[in-house]
Amino acid sequence: MIIIIDYGMGNLGSLANMLKKIHLPAKISSDLEDIESAEKLILPGVGSFDHGMQKLQELNLIEILNKKVIRDKTSILGICLGMQLFTKTSEEGSKPGLGWVDANTVKFNVGKDPSFKIPHMGWDTLDIKKTHFLMQNTDSNAMYYFVHSFHVVCNRSDDVLSTSHYGYHFVSSLAKDNITGVQFHPEKSHKYGMKLLENFCNHE
Amino acid sequence: MIRTRVIPCLLLKGQGLVKTVNFSNPKYIGDPINVVKIFNDKEVHELVFLDITASTENRAPGLDYISDIASECFMPLGYGGGIRTVKQAEDIFSRGVEKIIINSCAVENPSFIHELADLFGRQSIVVSIDVKKNFFGNYQTFTYSGKTKTARDPVTWAQEAERLGAGELFLNSIDRDGTMKGYDIPLIKSVSESVSIPVVACGGAGTVEDLARAIHEGGASAVAAGSMFIYYGKHRAVLINFPDDEELKSSGLH
Repeated sequence: MIIIIDYGMGNLGSLANMLKKIHLPAKISSDLEDIESAEKLILPGVGSFDHGMQKLQELNLIEILNKKVIRDKTSILGICLGMQLFTKTSEEGSKPGLGWVDANTVKFNVGKDPSFKIPHMGWDTLDIKKTHFLMQNTDSNAMYYFVHSFHVVCNRSDDVLSTSHYGYHFVSSLAKDNITGVQFHPEKSHKYGMKLLENFCNHE
Repeated sequence: MIRTRVIPCLLLKGQGLVKTVNFSNPKYIGDPINVVKIFNDKEVHELVFLDITASTENRAPGLDYISDIASECFMPLGYGGGIRTVKQAEDIFSRGVEKIIINSCAVENPSFIHELADLFGRQSIVVSIDVKKNFFGNYQTFTYSGKTKTARDPVTWAQEAERLGAGELFLNSIDRDGTMKGYDIPLIKSVSESVSIPVVACGGAGTVEDLARAIHEGGASAVAAGSMFIYYGKHRAVLINFPDDEELKSSGLH
């Protein structure tokens, strides 16, 4: 079973709606046993970094997630804030992140150019940096929906799955072993998002 | 580089989809779920639903109805109409809506913007501003679907909404609504120049060129339209349509 981790951070309805549409059974849960027995995990999230970490802590999810992701190597997909929580720190707060990826989360720094409003909100393309099952059979013109004010900086270029451009190039998705994350919202990105979620859920 | 968002703005009255002219004479268009499915196929960038009678009838948002719409909507979805409490906002988000749009309640109780932005994040809170020109040519802000005149000037209200935590402004021209004669560019320009958050222009679009003008001359970040995506031809036959990438690009909308 695919478990969508419910830690009170944002919109799980859209993700559940899309997985249902493509007939992928998933359960929204914060139950430790559900997470323990999950075949795959999705960590979504909209909101602030510290609030997200605090919620994971309050629900006692950090330990079980570390075990599942680091020890058992269960596939996990982080979406938006979910991916940012995989990093070590964020300029949005003072709490340490999960630290699974050698990366940090920083605020968009596009200077004073008024044409670059923050958040980066809208449809954008990906420049895919390596072959990976998550991006299998995706259209080269595929567009994805973004809405974020912070982005991830990977310290190891091997972990970068794609970059996108808004004022400068930033990491729009990452992949390291069983850990994958996307800054955009596949659940709101039409057939392109469906394809990506299918790729994640159906990968053996 | 980010794509300019082009957003069909759909009006709900009861369980049906309608279209107005100058915020009046709602004409029945069809079933919203069918329309969402068509817009899915056309891969529209975003959808906005506004329940135009919720506030005037002092009615809460219909959650089951919102669920039905959201479960078929695989693009970002904004919803407005009758939202007056944090609980209502939370319920709407949990159904799969990304952005909630507030108007009348925000004008009466501006701290509501702050309260929502704090809880759900700025990017998900849109303040909609309905504007009409008076006899002297001055812009005035209206609430309750254009029925109630307020003392607020659109520009200062936009700035206050931004300061309180609005992540985006949805700027609607009552005078242009449903006319398909083009946007009110000076209005869009005056508001978008005075804030640093995205401004979505709405009201008056009839052609792809109109959309481009709101962006290039008005300085809007995104454009919304109703009639243009609902009607076809000079007799205004109902036909759901959306410009393809080539049409948008040829008018300079990337």
